[in-house]
Amino acid sequence: MSAVPLLEVRGLRKHFPLRGGVLQRTYAWVRAVDDVSFDVHPAETLGIVGESGCGKSTVARLILRLIEADRGTVRFAGEDVRGASLDRMKRLRRDMQLVFQDPYASLNPRLTIEDAVAFSLLVHGTSRAEARERARALLGRVGLDPRLYGRRYPHELSGGQRQRVNIARALVLDPRLLVLDEPVSALDKSVQAQVLNLLADLKAERALTYVFISHDLNVIEYVSDRVLVMYLGEIVETGTADALAQSPKHPYTQALFASAPSLDPDHRLERPPLSGDPPNPIDPPSGCRFRTRCAFAMPQCAAAPPALRSVGAAHDVACYLYETEPAASAI
Amino acid sequence: MWAYVGRRLLLAIPTLLGASIIVFAMVHLAPGDPIAAVMPAESSQAEIEATKRAYGFDKPLPVQYLVWLGRVAQGDLGKSIATRRAVILDVRDALANSLVLALSSSLLSFVLGIALGLLAAFRQGRLLDKAASAIAVIGVSVPHYWAGIILIIVFSVQLNWLPAMGAADDPGLLPYLRHIALPTVALALIPLGIITRVVRSAALDVLSQEFVLALRAKGLVSRRVFAHVVKNAAPQILTVLGLQFGFQLGGSVLVEAVFSWPGTGYLLNLAIFQRDIPVLQGVILVLATFFVLLNLAVDLLQTLVDPRIARH
Amino acid sequence: MAVTSALPRDLDTVVGAPMSYWRTVAWRLGRDPATLVAGTLLVLIALSALLAPWLAPYDPNAGSIRLRLAHVGASAHVLGTDEQGRDMLSRLLWGGRMTLVAGLTPVLVAFVVGTVLGVLAGYVGGLTNTLVMRTMDIFYAFPAVLLAIAISGALGPGLPNTLISLSIVFVPRVVRVAESATVQVKGLEYIAAARASGAGVQAIMRHHLLANVLGPILVFSSTQVSLCIILAAGLSFLGLGVTPPAAEWGLMLNTLRQSIYVNALVPALPGLAIFVTSMAFNLLSDGLRDAMEIRA
Repeated sequence: MSAVPLLEVRGLRKHFPLRGGVLQRTYAWVRAVDDVSFDVHPAETLGIVGESGCGKSTVARLILRLIEADRGTVRFAGEDVRGASLDRMKRLRRDMQLVFQDPYASLNPRLTIEDAVAFSLLVHGTSRAEARERARALLGRVGLDPRLYGRRYPHELSGGQRQRVNIARALVLDPRLLVLDEPVSALDKSVQAQVLNLLADLKAERALTYVFISHDLNVIEYVSDRVLVMYLGEIVETGTADALAQSPKHPYTQALFASAPSLDPDHRLERPPLSGDPPNPIDPPSGCRFRTRCAFAMPQCAAAPPALRSVGAAHDVACYLYETEPAASAI
Repeated sequence: MWAYVGRRLLLAIPTLLGASIIVFAMVHLAPGDPIAAVMPAESSQAEIEATKRAYGFDKPLPVQYLVWLGRVAQGDLGKSIATRRAVILDVRDALANSLVLALSSSLLSFVLGIALGLLAAFRQGRLLDKAASAIAVIGVSVPHYWAGIILIIVFSVQLNWLPAMGAADDPGLLPYLRHIALPTVALALIPLGIITRVVRSAALDVLSQEFVLALRAKGLVSRRVFAHVVKNAAPQILTVLGLQFGFQLGGSVLVEAVFSWPGTGYLLNLAIFQRDIPVLQGVILVLATFFVLLNLAVDLLQTLVDPRIARH
Repeated sequence: MAVTSALPRDLDTVVGAPMSYWRTVAWRLGRDPATLVAGTLLVLIALSALLAPWLAPYDPNAGSIRLRLAHVGASAHVLGTDEQGRDMLSRLLWGGRMTLVAGLTPVLVAFVVGTVLGVLAGYVGGLTNTLVMRTMDIFYAFPAVLLAIAISGALGPGLPNTLISLSIVFVPRVVRVAESATVQVKGLEYIAAARASGAGVQAIMRHHLLANVLGPILVFSSTQVSLCIILAAGLSFLGLGVTPPAAEWGLMLNTLRQSIYVNALVPALPGLAIFVTSMAFNLLSDGLRDAMEIRA
């Protein structure tokens, strides 16, 4: 891992206001992302895993500045993203791209897929002809023969095919970082494997860096070098995929890995390791947000949120069970 | 839910104020001297001066508006140029007549419209549906003033069954009904068409939902499905009924003109013809207020029928 | 895993381009019998109005009292004469011009202005949206007929004033539909994807938003034409629209009204013309709406 991270996120925070009442006053806040900090190193795949509503999609949009954060910094290759001017932002967008989750809603039904991919290039000033050429080439690279599919409309493609178009569209600008927000969650298992393999090939070919977001642990394990575990807007554990799979430290991570259904008949799950519904991000529990579902909750867990502490090589946990360890040196 | 009620009430106020501004502006939009718009030509100088002071014509426009608004709030809508009577009196009588016509026409169009619409939806694609839809399209395309004239030609001139004009001369229920019959039908045509179409479309939406198909597949009694359809289509139907009632009240101008029915439309027509601006203002303001309150009532009724609306 | 196919290398496209959305709409329109009939009818009406100077057998304003109220089928006048002895056929042909202009122009104006305002309000949101929509609400507070009469009453009769007042009546309706459609499309992911590509507001509007939003707005506008025709003629009927001696169907209906006791059929003709035109537009707009209902 090289020393300079490609992406540095520090103290990212986003709370959404809830309005109601006669005058539509704000009566509560959804604390979607709270004090999130992490690095993404060049050429790695950072997986972000967590339940629905834990804030992972919001983090993705905050990084790319599709939503404005309340607080925190985002630096891409050393350059400040949050404070960038419109021009700089436009150039930054060439380097960071997003692949969306819903293959159906993420394509304009009125554009042919060729045009949809070419649009990004047109926005940045490429000529029509060249944009068309590069779009078609890329479509071929992701497995859609442009002569067969180029002039088709999204509604004529299957979910897996559409997701390939999304990938092509994200790659056409030659980005360095690709954020993938649940890119295979809407696809059948067999198709998932194909798309994941495509993503792996592309990453090697183009020296890409991935931030891969998913709620599916199997997928995360398969693709990631390092993993971030999020719960209710906060990071609770980070580490390499192997480290987390073999010795998860945080009770939540342990529960997550334990609840992944196994095809091995000798390892049946008797009871679900996690009980109860995830509490509300509008009114999260004080202190450690996981304490209400934690089998190891202690009195101090309610007092203040635990900080991320190092428990091994590049392995950090935010939990009072490991309070005796030294504070996390490098995140 | 009360927050929603409160919000809607609050929203109605600027709407009413805005409408009043438009009505107020009419006087100043009309070509010529505003004084000429509110006073008969042969008024004495003293009368003109008194009116000037009462209306505040020498003051800046916003002040004039406020003065006028204040008087309106107290029920003073000015005096008619033509008759010199207080406008509020004429408007009150006319409104009563128009309400009767609107109510009777609404009764006809609502009952028939809902019946036809539901019939068409439940017999979708079949002959009954096509017939009902054809009636709806015809209803929506018919100029109601022309329909009135045709009705007069057929029922008054040719057949001499029903009178062609105005409110009854003879007292009693039957003559009144005879006089109101033709205007009612003429006014009901367009709303009939619109209501039929909306009811049909709303009912079809509910019928095509998967769980209705499941209910029907399970062999659930038709009456249950029917009740379910009505309940779920009710919000949309309610909205259109409210709108159409408003149309029949405010839009009765043309029909009243044809039949000389002494309602607000007739008054409006007369006022236009005579350039009687105070009457024009008064009628439009009263009708607009009525319409805003009507929409408010319909919206609030909606939340009773479908509580989801209030939760937004 | 690029697709290496056994397809000939020198072809640019192997599969013919599928029909674009609008071509599909046109194709569907062409297959619906009601729409075809309505469309043909409208073309005929438009043509006859356009060619009125050449088609009309007589001068629409020339008439002699001697010939007044001739019946339909009279020797010299196929459709009879009006109360001033003017030829009905000629007046109907010329009247069509007025009615069509007064019926279509306000809707066209409303379509353009309404789309601009509505899309702006929908996309920008916030204070702009509130301002625009609440202002529209004020106009929406009046029933269409009443608002048209109020504005026409204040401005006075004449064709330009009628066009202005009817435009004001229809703009708020189009704005509502445009805003609602824009808000809906704005939330879809392909808009976010376009922003992620670095596209500015203009590019997004042109390539992504408008194409997907114009459909519903167009369908809605087409449904308003028939009402506009009825209202325009209605205004003339009340004396607020076109002024005599111009030929306009609503105006003709008014002046012929007293004659129904003498001659029943002739006074019915102008209204019949309004009815047929209005019905044709309704059928056409119905067909358009069905044709545009293509899978999501």
